[in-house]
Amino acid sequence: MSFIEIENLTKDFGEFRALNGVSFQLEEGKTAAIIGSSGCGKSTFLRCLNMLETPTEARLRIGDKEVRFSNGQTLGKEREAFGFRREMAMVFQSFDLFPHMTALQNVALAPNKVRKLPRKQAEQQALQLLDRMGLRAKAGSYPTQLSGGQQQRVAIARALAMEPKVLLFDEATSALDPELVGEVLDVMKVLAQDGRTMIVVTHELHFARDVADVLIYFDKGQIAEIGPPAELLANPKTDRLKSFLTRYNHVLAN
Amino acid sequence: MGYEYDWSVVLEPSLWLDAIYITLVYGLGTTFVGLVLGLVLGLILISSFAPGRWLVQLFIGVFRCTPALIQIVWFYYAFPIVLGVNLPAWLAAGCGLTFYMAAFSAEIFRGGVQSIDARQWSACRSLCMSYWQTMRYVILPQTFRRMTPAIVNQAIIQFKNTSLLSVVAVHDLMYTANTLTAQTYRPLEVLTFAAVIYMLMIWPLASLTNRYERRTNERLL
Ligand SMILES: Nc1ncnc2c1ncn2[C@@H]1O[C@H](COP(=O)(O)OP(=O)(O)OP(=O)(O)O)[C@@H](O)[C@H]1O
Ligand SMILES: [Mg+2]
Repeated sequence: MSFIEIENLTKDFGEFRALNGVSFQLEEGKTAAIIGSSGCGKSTFLRCLNMLETPTEARLRIGDKEVRFSNGQTLGKEREAFGFRREMAMVFQSFDLFPHMTALQNVALAPNKVRKLPRKQAEQQALQLLDRMGLRAKAGSYPTQLSGGQQQRVAIARALAMEPKVLLFDEATSALDPELVGEVLDVMKVLAQDGRTMIVVTHELHFARDVADVLIYFDKGQIAEIGPPAELLANPKTDRLKSFLTRYNHVLAN
Repeated sequence: MGYEYDWSVVLEPSLWLDAIYITLVYGLGTTFVGLVLGLVLGLILISSFAPGRWLVQLFIGVFRCTPALIQIVWFYYAFPIVLGVNLPAWLAAGCGLTFYMAAFSAEIFRGGVQSIDARQWSACRSLCMSYWQTMRYVILPQTFRRMTPAIVNQAIIQFKNTSLLSVVAVHDLMYTANTLTAQTYRPLEVLTFAAVIYMLMIWPLASLTNRYERRTNERLL
């Protein structure tokens, strides 16, 4: 039995079907990369998984935590849904740090309030995480005093502080200046190599090829192709993926 | 022929000190209680509890769209008659102004909360924070900073509106000024003096909050 199991995930926004029966499984410690053109449902997929949106239909399981949805309703108890959400944390394209708090406070808040760690302990853990992100010196800085790359690394520390079993990344580097993309990708790469289970929506095909264990190509709210990254990138089967990749050929060439 | 000023008519410290005290108490009291009440109403206004929202909207509609003067009179004279409850006079006098402040600050507050980027909510939910945790630690602190200028404005208006209390015989600055005018027939001197006192009370309050605001803005912008 796989660690993550997603079965028939469907999401309607009114008349519009943004996700149409997405199913896939992922082993523990593996990284899945999701690619696809704009509007194909990548963010919606992650947001449904994290229950930031309520799926219309789905059965979702991480480890022994499972939730089901039918007709846009969560089946089962609120506590079960909470337990399921507790298994993952998301890193967003726009960082979404809390602007009125220092980097340290950003990271320590949820562990203190949700995990009920004493404040001192939460801050100690936060400092360790910031240290791992190479940001120990920035612990007392406010988000506006940090570069985009630094902000995103704080956001990653904030997600890690909840000790999730799965990390979700939604285009974590898309809002960054080109010269700052590398520092964030490096951090993500280390996390993948440390055996974190990650689902990464990205436009960085390098990263997908070099780091991911599974590559998923989304098209019109469905998984159009799935497989080992090298294989998918070298021999795309569908015309849609072929034409999608031609736009990136120059990137993958070097 | 020019007007001959006679400032001696206003030089009765004990008279003014009591009046200043009364005005300060009503100004600070109704502002503070109004703000707290407005916060509660604002929270209901953005909640998903529809009947609560309707009631609060009705409350805000009534108190924002009628003159404060009429509200004061209404609470002072009509409230005891219509509802058969006898509030102490000092409380009845303050009710109108308090609700007036509450109605405006509830709206300011609602606008403030809704101006916070929805992605802050997503970030908190992803971290498994509850609605109230998100509200308390993330949304409200940002809202308070953002709505300070509007609240300060409202507090200034509120302070000046305490002058309306003189119609229900609250012995505030305005009442004292009116009485003195009636005695001395020197409205120009008396009212000018009262205006200066209002200004001396309100100006420091406003500039203090301005400075606080500048300090937090440096960090947020
Ligand atoms: N809250 C919403 N209400 C209505 N439609 C939505 C909503 N959120 C997303 N959609 C629609 O669902 C589709 C998928 O959106 P989604 O954001 O998942 O795309 P995406 O693959 O992440 O695109 P991008 O690469 O631009 O981020 C889009 O057509 C979008 O307009
Ligand atoms: Mg997206």
